[in-house]
Amino acid sequence: MNIFEASFLAAVLTATTPVVLAALGGLICQVAGVFNIALEGQLLWGAFTAVVFSHLTGSAWAGVVGAMIVTLVYAAVLSLASVTFRADPIVVAVGTNLLALGLTAFLMRQIFGSGGTYSSPDLAGLPTLAELGLDVPVLGSQSPLVLLAFVLVAVVGWWLRRTRSGLRLRGIGQHQAAAAALGLKVGGYRHGVVLAAGALCGLAGAQLALGNVTLFSEGMSAGRGWVAVVAVMLGGVLPWRVLLACLLFGVAEAVGFRLQGVGLPQQAADSAPYVITLFALILAGVAARRRPKEIS
Amino acid sequence: MTTPAPGTPAPDTTAAPGGEPRDGGPSPGARVLGWARRIVLSTPVLAIGGALVLTTLVMLAVGVDPSLAYPALLRGALADGNLEYTIAAFVPTLGMALAFAIPLRACEFNLGGDGQMAIGGVTAAAIALHLPMVAGVAVVLPLAAAALAGGLVAGLSAPLRTRLGIPAIVTTLLISTPAVAFASYLVRFPLGEQGTGIAQTPPLPDATHLPALAGSSYVTIGLPLIALLTVAWLYADSRTVLGYEIRATGQNRDFARYGGVAVNRLAAVTLAGGGAFAGLVGALIVLGPPYRYVDGALTAPGYTFTAVAAVLLATARPIAVPFAVALLTVLQVGGQGMEREAGVPSQLTQIVQGLIIVIVAVFATVRHLRARRGAGA
Repeated sequence: MNIFEASFLAAVLTATTPVVLAALGGLICQVAGVFNIALEGQLLWGAFTAVVFSHLTGSAWAGVVGAMIVTLVYAAVLSLASVTFRADPIVVAVGTNLLALGLTAFLMRQIFGSGGTYSSPDLAGLPTLAELGLDVPVLGSQSPLVLLAFVLVAVVGWWLRRTRSGLRLRGIGQHQAAAAALGLKVGGYRHGVVLAAGALCGLAGAQLALGNVTLFSEGMSAGRGWVAVVAVMLGGVLPWRVLLACLLFGVAEAVGFRLQGVGLPQQAADSAPYVITLFALILAGVAARRRPKEIS
Repeated sequence: MTTPAPGTPAPDTTAAPGGEPRDGGPSPGARVLGWARRIVLSTPVLAIGGALVLTTLVMLAVGVDPSLAYPALLRGALADGNLEYTIAAFVPTLGMALAFAIPLRACEFNLGGDGQMAIGGVTAAAIALHLPMVAGVAVVLPLAAAALAGGLVAGLSAPLRTRLGIPAIVTTLLISTPAVAFASYLVRFPLGEQGTGIAQTPPLPDATHLPALAGSSYVTIGLPLIALLTVAWLYADSRTVLGYEIRATGQNRDFARYGGVAVNRLAAVTLAGGGAFAGLVGALIVLGPPYRYVDGALTAPGYTFTAVAAVLLATARPIAVPFAVALLTVLQVGGQGMEREAGVPSQLTQIVQGLIIVIVAVFATVRHLRARRGAGA
């Protein structure tokens, strides 16, 4: 197995992209001081709505836009409950994650007439970059959303560091009361990031269902939203570190997939990304303990 | 976490009857009305009502006739032949409710019930299949080992929480997926029944079967066992030092630590205790009909999250947990009947559960804020 093979790198990118997009959503929430663990349900919801819109319109891009809009609206449940009504975001997120699992499985049966997995030749998937004229190795086989994900990492990094609203967002996360005293609309910013995270999860779901594959299956987010939460815990509020954490997951998934081809049991391959993510979390935690405490 | 979780023990407000003068001696009629008002406007009733209204809207939106679906749901859970099945499903759901509720009292979220249950179940199956069994302990040993295994799996999250500061909600879930996969691997290969091609263990020896309750083919002695353990938990929670310390930790960790409570040890105790219940549930399923570990049979019915919804619905009143579990079990089992009879996908019940959790979370905080505002005025 050559890990520098183009197809392996492509597999890493494919596995990483949905997680990165969801993790960016988690990241901006984290910056604003909202612990958003609703990513898993929103990712699933995004995947489902992307397939539904692609099925209805015959256009993958309609699927992408539809998924972003519907998932943004879905995230409004979390934003209204946790920001407006100040409900515990963790409990609300547990509820919306379960709700997404139930709603997608239920609506799937109503819309497509059967459970399990839906795929059809009519279902429009996203084009590859090669088909769009960017025929370069590794990237050529990917959807444009893969490129967009990496661009978004840079954009979010720039936004948080270099713009006024990014600075304010960081201020809100660091000291809510001080930010409010300076006249910042804390609630408004928080609504904004939770909704934006919803849109990003919609994008992530669209990439998962129309880019990585062209189908929807029940529970297809399969813990990726949780890996995104962990990526944010590992990366803190620095987008490039979150990206690295997501790449770790992507490599683990791609390696697991490869090893399955040479006889590793499927269960071990499926678990590899979670085990490796967990170990990374533990190592990071141990490293943080060793470091001298910051003076606050 | 800035707002208290609705699952954390709320200050005991039950002593003050809502808005009624204490010693004015209201007429019996007014008192009954007051009680009725308090019940109808309580968070659980509002949450269930709200969830059912929203679910009905979902049904109408996709063209399902609620007047067919709901009666089918009730028949599916409570009709003659089905009631026994509902009671059989009540047992694992109540056990999983304790698996979630025990750590929640200390404000730790255990969402990894599936993994703990699967490891417990596979441990019980392995012991029942491969250890020579002495009559008498033949049932007890797998149950105890399963509880221990489930406790260990959940206990892994404790040092991560207390030493490294990684929330238990994340680690329990992350450990759960590989744990379920590991159990699935074991029942496919080392423990699997050879030559059938089905991912299941061979039937367990007769001596390890849980005795069925008189006249029932589904309900085993698991029911009285779980009932007994629930009573023990209710007692421990409200009447023992350990229960008090756990509640104190849940309400205010720093205050409890200052008061001399070993909060880190309690996090480990509650997580492992919850995991032990999940492991026990796994064993109860495996040692009950059909007396083998069938891959997926433990996690597919969704006991873990039905239990999570039930515990949150009980809004920090432990005594309400069994009742909330009973209600949601009826809903869950009835959902399958509804699918058979009215062709409505049973996932509808998951929608109701998700909605209940969201609505409970909102009401719990709104009430909390209003109470604080009222107290401040």
